[in-house]
Amino acid sequence: MAQPANRPVFAPWTDPNEKPLIQFKNVTKKFGEFVAIDDMTLDIYRREFFALLGPSGCGKTTLMRMLAGFEAPSEGKILLDGVDIAPIPPNKRATNMMFQSYALFPHLSVWDNIAFGLHRSDMPKDQISARVEEMLRLVKLEKFAKRKPHQISGGQRQRVALARSLAKAPKLLLLDEPLGALDKKLRQDTQFELMDIQEKTGTTFVIVTHDQEEAMTVASRVAVMDHGKMIQVDTPDRIYETPNSVYVADFIGDVNLIEGKASAPKDGKVSIAWAEGQPEIVAETGETIAPGTTVHFAIRPEKVAISVDKPKDRANVLEGTVSDIAYLGNISTYKVEVAGGQMIKTQVANDRRIARRDITWDDKVWLSFTDTAGVVLTS
Amino acid sequence: MNRKFSWFNATSLTLGFAFLYLPMLILIIFSFNESKLVTVWAGFSTKWYGELVRDQAFLNAAWTTLKVAVISSSVSTVLGTMAAYVIVRAGRFTGRTLFSGMIYAPLVMPEVITGLAMLLLFITIGLDRGVTTIILAHITFTMCFVSVVVSSRLATFDKSLEEAALDLGCTPWDAFRSVTLPIIAPAVISGWLLAFTLSLDDLVISQFVAGPSATTLPMKIFSSVRLGVNPQINALSTIMIAIVTIGVISASLITKRSIARQRAEEQAAVRN
Amino acid sequence: MNPRRLFLILTPYLWLLVFFLIPFVIVLKISLSDYAISIPPYTPTFDLSAGWEGFKSFLSALDTENFTFLATDALYYTAYLSSLKIAFIATVLTLLVAYPIAYGMAQAPDEWRPTLMMLVILPFWTSFLIRVYSWIGILSNEGFLNQFLLWLGVIDTPLIILNTQAAVYVGIVYTYLPFMILPIYSALEKLDGSLIEAAEDLGCSKIQAFWLVTFPLSRPGVIAGCFLVFIPTLGEFVIPSLLGGSSTLMIGKVLYEEFFSNRDWPVASAVAVVLLLILIIPIVLFQRNEQKQREAN
Repeated sequence: MAQPANRPVFAPWTDPNEKPLIQFKNVTKKFGEFVAIDDMTLDIYRREFFALLGPSGCGKTTLMRMLAGFEAPSEGKILLDGVDIAPIPPNKRATNMMFQSYALFPHLSVWDNIAFGLHRSDMPKDQISARVEEMLRLVKLEKFAKRKPHQISGGQRQRVALARSLAKAPKLLLLDEPLGALDKKLRQDTQFELMDIQEKTGTTFVIVTHDQEEAMTVASRVAVMDHGKMIQVDTPDRIYETPNSVYVADFIGDVNLIEGKASAPKDGKVSIAWAEGQPEIVAETGETIAPGTTVHFAIRPEKVAISVDKPKDRANVLEGTVSDIAYLGNISTYKVEVAGGQMIKTQVANDRRIARRDITWDDKVWLSFTDTAGVVLTS
Repeated sequence: MNRKFSWFNATSLTLGFAFLYLPMLILIIFSFNESKLVTVWAGFSTKWYGELVRDQAFLNAAWTTLKVAVISSSVSTVLGTMAAYVIVRAGRFTGRTLFSGMIYAPLVMPEVITGLAMLLLFITIGLDRGVTTIILAHITFTMCFVSVVVSSRLATFDKSLEEAALDLGCTPWDAFRSVTLPIIAPAVISGWLLAFTLSLDDLVISQFVAGPSATTLPMKIFSSVRLGVNPQINALSTIMIAIVTIGVISASLITKRSIARQRAEEQAAVRN
Repeated sequence: MNPRRLFLILTPYLWLLVFFLIPFVIVLKISLSDYAISIPPYTPTFDLSAGWEGFKSFLSALDTENFTFLATDALYYTAYLSSLKIAFIATVLTLLVAYPIAYGMAQAPDEWRPTLMMLVILPFWTSFLIRVYSWIGILSNEGFLNQFLLWLGVIDTPLIILNTQAAVYVGIVYTYLPFMILPIYSALEKLDGSLIEAAEDLGCSKIQAFWLVTFPLSRPGVIAGCFLVFIPTLGEFVIPSLLGGSSTLMIGKVLYEEFFSNRDWPVASAVAVVLLLILIIPIVLFQRNEQKQREAN
């Protein structure tokens, strides 16, 4: 998420004095033999927009349901504001949830849906209606207050669900695939709306999603999960640029993975032998790698340049043959076969209206990238 | 898809429904027969209806039947709904298999066996036979039908609605009362209607458990039709068929209209 | 376990235990007792005050004599066999009548379907007893069917139908028809019309397409319908006693008479126990069919 330059960067996780709002301490959750969450430790800070990202069955929904109180951890502790929430039932927790199905009460009007939680608190009647009005304004649904859920569109239902879960001003709002049921165009608009509302209300949001683009767009930090474990927790740009594992690199966006044997690093650089008789790939790395270790070199397609003539001043240059071209409108993707049958994808922005005719199927081409364009992954 | 009836389908439907409805139609027509001979038409008359409403034994039986049906179907709706909730929501507990077995068994149990077993229980515990025992027996066999109707609704009920209610501060009972119950109400009502009809209709089980002091309408009908066809029974049947027909038709019209309205509103919602 | 959950589970559970399970235990127990001219008319009776010794002597007095009796007396095993035969034939007849109706409904124009559906369900809500009764006037010697046939000139002396097995078949087919139509209809209704078109496109005639595509795909509904007719018919009491006369042997009627006319509770209980054992087979098969359907969806 890009931050305006004149504001201090929002990064409470880098501040050792900042107290986390939520702490998972060695939490494990088992369903019978199945381990849904495996010894997880995680801090989430106030005002964060925190995304749990992973394929279905990775444990992200279980994690959220433990926060809401619908599941209890098998081992470990979950603290909210420093207090263990295990003994608190869902109806007493200062968290609210927006359900994947929205779970709007079909027999109640939009107004009554939003007021539902307020009626269960000790808020006086007149304040309730003021609060409901405020929520309706926030999600721009003032005109629909009297309608029943089946009388409004999918996008409006999504906003009612959001208003209802925000009405009680929870310390923490949980969003379970909140945009999953919307079509692509509406989803993108709503992502920005969500960010806007999050900023306006100052609520901490935890969102569960399997859509990496969505996570990258809305979140201040993204946690990539797999098989009940956190693989990487970091800001969207760092997740994309410096994935810590093949899994994360592959899960987020498009990536070329080249397997090879690394030499010992020299001046923070390592050479990777990846194919017989080919120049080794040179890449920067911060890690210490034992010589002869099998590593993966990961590089994003848009960081690989393609040309007909051999470039001179690049750290890495590979020769190959174009095997496939896909024209996607704003960009074109080339699949190039290099030595050993390895396929490398490259993306070129179509910044000119007339298609580049200089590269076509079966052409001999040169691929090139700098020594800082990719990352070396040992796991 | 807009298809027309083919010759074959039109014939099979006509014959099929003629088979289903002709006997009842004949029954109704001959309830207005002047003659006591129910198979020979002797002119229009409503005298059998008059005799029916003056027959104190029939009126008593009708009153007993109604009383039994209202009480037993109401209790069985409560118990059946609880049982449905246990089946669908309670998860694992000791004796769950036995429980679901006991819920489904009465559906396929021959009435003679259920009736015999109930009667032997009442004798063993020394309960005097009469209206009370009929009510107890009817509650037991109808609650299973209620629980099947309600549990099939609960099975498709989005559980996150209840979780949302809890999440918004409801206690579990509060969530049931203010969210689950209003939503499953149509199924609960059909469960009640089913239990009511089954109780109203039941002959065999009542026959076993009623004892000499109580007689229900089906028992009265059974004992008089054993002696042959009787125009008074035709009149009674006509009244019962009329009530059911009005009930079913109006119920289906109400559902049809509310579905049509809901659909129209949904389409309107998509448009704006 | 929290008290609310306990209350929720225990209320229906205890009710069913007391009013459903325990009665069957009592039936089982009495089926192992002997007939006696006393109140209640069987022996031994269980006396709680006699304690453990009393219980032991009570147990030793139970025997399987009644079951041996059922197996050796022709009345009973003929009644079981005849019930099985009647239930089987009636099920096949019901299927033959129901299938064309269900098929016609599934093929009917969309706007007709709710009405047709209601027409099938309506008899289901109408008193069973009245529906059986309505056939007495039709099938009797001077009944409408005979009058009609005589008028047509097909016959010159009235047919004897009432109080024969034929009348029982008519009664069963008539009363259980909706139970067969509904599952077959719901199977046929789900059928994708393009499958038939595909079959015809691949060279099937209309009739071949029916036997090779439509019928096999409606089989789950057919099987479910058959069980829904067969299982209750086996223990049927009202239809044989109103339409079947004394010549029709069905086990439900035998049980009823054993209990009320002969007052032989132990034998009546034994009849019930054996009927229950016979029913377990189709019930288990039915459950398995339903389970398979649920998994397939």
